[in-house]
Amino acid sequence: MQSNVPSTPASLTLPARRFSTFQIVCSVLFILTFLGSYKLAQVKPLLLFETEGRRNIWKFVTGMFPPDLSWNFLSLLGRPILETIQISLMGTVIAVVIGFPIGLLATSSLTFKGILYERELAGSRPRAMLRKGSYLLARAILSLFRTIPEFVWAFMFVRAVGLGPFPGVLAIAISYSGMLGKVYSEILEHVNPGPLEALQATGASRLTILLYGLLPQSLPNLVSYTLYRWECAIRASAILGFVGAGGLGQQIEISMRMFNFNQVTTLVAILFVMVAGVDALSARVRNAILGRSSV
Amino acid sequence: MAHTPTQAAGLAGAKRRDLLSTPNLIFLAGFLVLMAWSYVGTEFSLRGLLGGESAVQILTYAKKLFPPDLSTDFLLKTGYWTIETFAMSFLGTILAVLIAFSLVFLSSRNLMFTGLLFEMERRRPWVRALRTVLYLSAKAALNLLRTVPHLVWALILVFAVGLGPFPGMLALGIHTGGVLGRLFGEVMENIETQPIEALQATGASRLQILFYGILPQVLPEFVAYTLYRWEVNIREAVILGYVGAGGLGQQIQIAISLFLEHRLLTLILAIYLIVTVVDSLSAYLRSRLA
Repeated sequence: MQSNVPSTPASLTLPARRFSTFQIVCSVLFILTFLGSYKLAQVKPLLLFETEGRRNIWKFVTGMFPPDLSWNFLSLLGRPILETIQISLMGTVIAVVIGFPIGLLATSSLTFKGILYERELAGSRPRAMLRKGSYLLARAILSLFRTIPEFVWAFMFVRAVGLGPFPGVLAIAISYSGMLGKVYSEILEHVNPGPLEALQATGASRLTILLYGLLPQSLPNLVSYTLYRWECAIRASAILGFVGAGGLGQQIEISMRMFNFNQVTTLVAILFVMVAGVDALSARVRNAILGRSSV
Repeated sequence: MAHTPTQAAGLAGAKRRDLLSTPNLIFLAGFLVLMAWSYVGTEFSLRGLLGGESAVQILTYAKKLFPPDLSTDFLLKTGYWTIETFAMSFLGTILAVLIAFSLVFLSSRNLMFTGLLFEMERRRPWVRALRTVLYLSAKAALNLLRTVPHLVWALILVFAVGLGPFPGMLALGIHTGGVLGRLFGEVMENIETQPIEALQATGASRLQILFYGILPQVLPEFVAYTLYRWEVNIREAVILGYVGAGGLGQQIQIAISLFLEHRLLTLILAIYLIVTVVDSLSAYLRSRLA
């Protein structure tokens, strides 16, 4: 009978707020990591305010103005600017060429599961293993490509094939093919399966299903993401010059090393204008492709 | 009137010609010209790459990398540098959140001068002007932080405070602060207005609205963006070492310059490991949040 006794209206008062174990563990780990990192990274905020640091920063800031706009300097920049754009374009296109096929292999709905394989004979185990194997291999390659920063790729390619824009293109191509391939496969895995099923019912082959079912659905997203990556490539290719892979970065590094900070101001301003221009351009194209009204 | 069939034929024809319409052709031609221009400009050589000189050079270099240097001594050192890189990215991200969070309220239009919160405001032009000026300067500050690439920030800070992971952490924090500030600002300007309106109707002050109407909405998204930027930062932390900001990057620069290829491979494996760990950690935390 005891169980029938209605609970006391104590439950009307708000329960005291309790932290879950997960939150407590996370906070403790966070604090420990913070303390450990603080010690390890040799953080000395006072360094910023010491006489020497202060003098250096002041020298830098005053050195930055006025920006160097002399014709001598500006005329040097035409080629690096164009080179930066060329590297980003070429690199992105090759990244698509490498990333797209690997991305297809890394799409689980294309290689081994989902409606395209519902009717696959259960008996053919070796084939299934092969499919799964190629899927895993493609994923591993993509993750290797994109996990190593493009900067490190550029460094190695400069060593392998020499200075100039060519290693820059290769670095962007490799690391961006990893990113593009991964995102392509995610986009392809999340298409609406209805049209695929309909095509399959007509007896279409897998290639036909890919061409007429998958791609038409996902093309706008694929193109839009590629354009977004191209924006990132412009920024990246400007930086790659630091290791001798051509473009604006090389000029930034030279000016920095020569303590010509007023040139750095000019270069950063140019970089800003370039990136903003490409941003605006690609935003327009992307909106047009995705059928949104332009912002 | 026999216009129905012709119209249908016309429609079909229009549809077929659509792919080869003039704008499309112009676009295609422009793209090809751009590609040709880039091909020449970057001294790219497809033949060299597919079986020619460059391919040989790349393969030779790749062969030199193997086997990785797995001596205990070097592995221990690599472990230390890896943790140093991790620490840099971790503290950098925290600094970035501090910067972004302190500027985001000033750089959100709907908190500073327009929209729901200010509908009932008495007309006092100078207050409005002051608010606008604050807004614009916060916006400009964030733009400045974001525009200067993190590598340039690192160079400046190495110059100011000397070598080591500390300037690297500062550079990451400053640049990412600008990026997060913009992302946070976008979240802030796109919040649901209904809870705010409801709170306002109860007579809540702006501070109360901020705490009970705005922050609960934006904080989860702030955390998600921060975790996402942390993934980016661990990669950048690797790069910053190149200009003397410690961690794996510095060692990679040394290994490449001194032709220590076996060590280079070990370091690259370490990068792969730490980046993968951070990526999965951040993905796990974000999935817990959602």
